[in-house]
Amino acid sequence: MDRVFKALADKSRRRLLDRLRAENGQSLGELCEGLAMSRQAVTKHLRILESANLVATRKEGRMKLHFINPVPINDISERWIGKFEHARLGALADLKRNLEGTKK
Amino acid sequence: MSESKFVYVTFIRATPEKIWEALTTPEIQRKFWFGGYQQSEWKAGASWTLHMPEIGIADTGEVLESERPKRIVLKWRNEFRPELKAAGFTRCTYEIEAQGEVTKLTVIHEAPEPSPMIDAVSKGWPMVLSSLKSLLETGNPLPRTEQAKK
Repeated sequence: MDRVFKALADKSRRRLLDRLRAENGQSLGELCEGLAMSRQAVTKHLRILESANLVATRKEGRMKLHFINPVPINDISERWIGKFEHARLGALADLKRNLEGTKK
Repeated sequence: MSESKFVYVTFIRATPEKIWEALTTPEIQRKFWFGGYQQSEWKAGASWTLHMPEIGIADTGEVLESERPKRIVLKWRNEFRPELKAAGFTRCTYEIEAQGEVTKLTVIHEAPEPSPMIDAVSKGWPMVLSSLKSLLETGNPLPRTEQAKK
């Protein structure tokens, strides 16, 4: 989990994730287009994102494609947010039952 | 890019065999798949159906490849939402690979062209995989993925 937070604590890496969210499955070359970063810098950031499991890679032909992997962020969300959201949804269901006049 | 594809990866402290068992056993699936379960013989050519609470048969398909405990490929189509059914079959691949103490589970869900089905499943997969990880590592799935309704 430390790795996920460290990987996310950088504007350039969040930007790379944004680009993958907009278009998943990009090559290094495609990800570098329009960025004011050297190819080496992008490679380094991608390696950090991959070691945090925020980016997954697949070989397709001779190309290595990068995919955003939301699972570690979901793990974090479930640890701190899921529980509270669950309670809130329960409260909303109770409110609805009360307003609609259905007895429990 | 014309195709539609998501790749999800999770690392689980469990053996490939345990992960295979969880992915293919209805009693275990119910705990991490929002109360749903799947029926299949999990052999190449076997039919495959996903049953969901309140819906019944939600998705259907066929096992295209099966190599216990390493790899499953499914042909997968939605059955209960007309706009998703119309989008046709998608392909879902599980890759299970031991890496020292942990096992890497990769799920690739794809369609040959932009697919509302791939968009729809992309909302459920991270939750299902987080819950599977929690179930196998702690014995408890995430509360939200257990039977959603009584």
